[in-house]
Amino acid sequence: MSKESKELAAQTWDAKRVLSLVINNALIIIMTIAAIVIAVVNNNFVSASSIVNIISQTAAYLPAALGIAGCIVLTGTDLSAGRAVGLTACISASLLQTVGASSKMWPNIGTLPIPVVILVAMGIGAVIGAFNGFFVGKFKLHPFIVTLGTQLILYTILLLYVNMGNNGGMAISNLDESYNSFVKGSILPKIGGQTIPNYVIFAILLTAIIWFIWNKTTFGKNMFALGSNEEAARVSGVNVLATTILVFSLAGAMYGFTGFIEGSRIGSNTANTGLNYELDAIAACVIGGVSFVGGIGKISGIIIGVLMLRLIFIGLTMAGINQNLQYLIKGGIILFACALDMRKYLVKK
Amino acid sequence: MEQPALLEMRHISKEFPGVKALDDVSLTVRPGTVHALMGENGAGKSTLMKCLFGIYHKDGGEIVLDGKTVDFRSSKEALENGVAMVHQELNQALTRSVQDNLWLGRYPTVGGLMVSEKIMSQRTKEVFRELEVTVDPKTIMSTMPVSQRQMVEIAKAVSYDSKIIVFDEPTSSLTETEVEHLFRIINMLRDRGCGIIYISHKMEEILRISDEVTIMRDGQWVATRPAAELTMDEIIRLMVGRELTSRFPPKSNQQGDVILEVQHMSGRYTRLKEASFQLRKGEILGIAGLDGSGRTEVLENLFGVMTREGGTIKLHGREIANRTPQEAIKNGFALLTEERRATGIFGIRNIRENTVIANLKNYLISMRVGGLKSFCLSDKKMKADTDWSIKAMHIKTPSQNTQIRSLSGGNQQKVIIGRWLLTKPEILLLDEPTRGIDVGAKYEIYQLIIDLANEGKGIIMVSSEMPELLGVCDRILVMSGGQLAGEVNAAETSQEEILTLAAKYV
Repeated sequence: MSKESKELAAQTWDAKRVLSLVINNALIIIMTIAAIVIAVVNNNFVSASSIVNIISQTAAYLPAALGIAGCIVLTGTDLSAGRAVGLTACISASLLQTVGASSKMWPNIGTLPIPVVILVAMGIGAVIGAFNGFFVGKFKLHPFIVTLGTQLILYTILLLYVNMGNNGGMAISNLDESYNSFVKGSILPKIGGQTIPNYVIFAILLTAIIWFIWNKTTFGKNMFALGSNEEAARVSGVNVLATTILVFSLAGAMYGFTGFIEGSRIGSNTANTGLNYELDAIAACVIGGVSFVGGIGKISGIIIGVLMLRLIFIGLTMAGINQNLQYLIKGGIILFACALDMRKYLVKK
Repeated sequence: MEQPALLEMRHISKEFPGVKALDDVSLTVRPGTVHALMGENGAGKSTLMKCLFGIYHKDGGEIVLDGKTVDFRSSKEALENGVAMVHQELNQALTRSVQDNLWLGRYPTVGGLMVSEKIMSQRTKEVFRELEVTVDPKTIMSTMPVSQRQMVEIAKAVSYDSKIIVFDEPTSSLTETEVEHLFRIINMLRDRGCGIIYISHKMEEILRISDEVTIMRDGQWVATRPAAELTMDEIIRLMVGRELTSRFPPKSNQQGDVILEVQHMSGRYTRLKEASFQLRKGEILGIAGLDGSGRTEVLENLFGVMTREGGTIKLHGREIANRTPQEAIKNGFALLTEERRATGIFGIRNIRENTVIANLKNYLISMRVGGLKSFCLSDKKMKADTDWSIKAMHIKTPSQNTQIRSLSGGNQQKVIIGRWLLTKPEILLLDEPTRGIDVGAKYEIYQLIIDLANEGKGIIMVSSEMPELLGVCDRILVMSGGQLAGEVNAAETSQEEILTLAAKYV
């Protein structure tokens, strides 16, 4: 690294280099400019409440993106993420409704300990992921197809679930106080009069764990090698099937955790909870440089990707831009980010 | 003095649907020897090795390693039991670093879970020091030249401390100095008492490095002899199963006027710095040079695949641009690319589609609707032309509807040559026309090239096999470091002269 930077310093600042520097960081530059413009249009954008809002939303969407990123590193994807979040959100919420509430789905269950519910949610997510991973690894099906199937299956399970017990298809709400305070409460000091919810801390913890798994463990290195060249991994003695299942399973556990958080964050859970979460997560990964080419991706990139997407949504709303236009801008940014990303892999002839 | 065998493969057989890939093949490797395995493509060498390495499961026979009967179910098991392999195709995780690749599948860990980068980089350095490899362990694989990646692959196989190491065509992408380096490594392993299995098509190499040679043909064992008793002609005879009177057909082409004149051609993004030359009608012009000397770049810049920086191309005295392959084809050029599988064939499509693809507009039904040409293709014409190609090129195929990937390399190459001939080219650019092709089929390709020259086509042929250039070409251009280093007359020159020129600007 030091050798590299020395070489860089030795180069002169010519127009070509400035241009490539600008292009390679174009997304961040544009975001910064956009942020400044929005801040000028609406001063509230730089207020403590708005900043805390952006951070909280980023934290809410980050775990699912971290999970899906693993699937993308394997040159795959995961379309079942949203439904997995929905299912685990409904299950978490139904297990943690206020005792005595008239609409309680399972009146016979008392107040379950929070850690048990977290484990249940993550466990269900992991099983869904393992199911995906098994079909991908064993039958060599493309993850797009496997997870396209899985998300439909999950939707039926979800629809059946919300009709079980006393619920009868209603939104699952009236959540237990312990649940809400665990997720949305705060043990951190207030910043500018704004509370930072606990789920920000959880997101930071999960990010650290995933970073460790990706960069420091045999499993992480095997995952990148597998994404880079499956045959190379196989002839080097890597258990390809087990690694694939584990990657999808880990992603599933992340969706499960997201479901647990969303159950309380949204507060009123229906069969449509989690819908299209996978698309936001995939978009964030792509913006953050997790390449569909496989074997490439960084945790820092994913954080930036999720942050940028949230920044767009919140910023555009605050700038008073028509809601309908937001999808156009989001779509444009995804295409732009991918085109920039591909530049790195194109070899000019 | 007869030592007990280190590895014995007895009566191995393996069947794929419809093909008997291995039929009662035996191979014995003694410790401290290099055992060469030879045979034409499709003779079953790689299949035999894959059975040993656990990639394929043999149908019959027995493998005895160090006195114990073994039957590996996976590569992992083979590696753990002291059998390592340098694979023919570079199987590497290109987005990862050298050391990540070297220890893939057996990362040194702390507490069984956490990978220790420190131990990993330490061990990498030890391995590289011992093998005299000078590569930074932290380099990302994709940024290194192919030859260095090959050396990493070799270092990896050696680092397993195996008793048996299989080298499957290890020198195909190595330069001369690196081949010497590899031979030093192999000699070192031999002195250590390892058994080496060495697969190669390069006979000079085989005769130099190996102690024993086993020859296979059509999935069967043909002969095992001490290398000292074999000659090149003898090996060819055993491999082909018939006497090849000579490796090259007699030359009969006559040269006419200059048709192509290239001046100061250079590439914008590629390492071609300067090339100027002429080509005559009916002439076979060879281009020699080391890997990376700009041989392929001459052809690809000429054909418009690569972007030119400067220079002029004159066809019959008229300047042409050839900015894109479409333009080049219109101007009567044809390019047979270097990597047949990657850029030549459409593997899962059939022979007919592979034959007509460069020439589709000639098969449009000539029916005019409101002044526009129709956009329907004539199946009849396409079938007729494909039939012509199969006959004229002597392509061995069950039918036109056969997937091209199921043909042998030589037949695939003939399909592609047929494809280009249908565009009625004046100038044929052939990049490694016989790479990965059997000895017997090579002769047919040479004959085809000479016939084409006889018909008055101008041919430029790039090859890394010097005897081939000397045997087929009229003149040979020698590239070195991206520049034209010289031009020699094929009838009067020697390999030594060409090699000297090839090293001129290195």
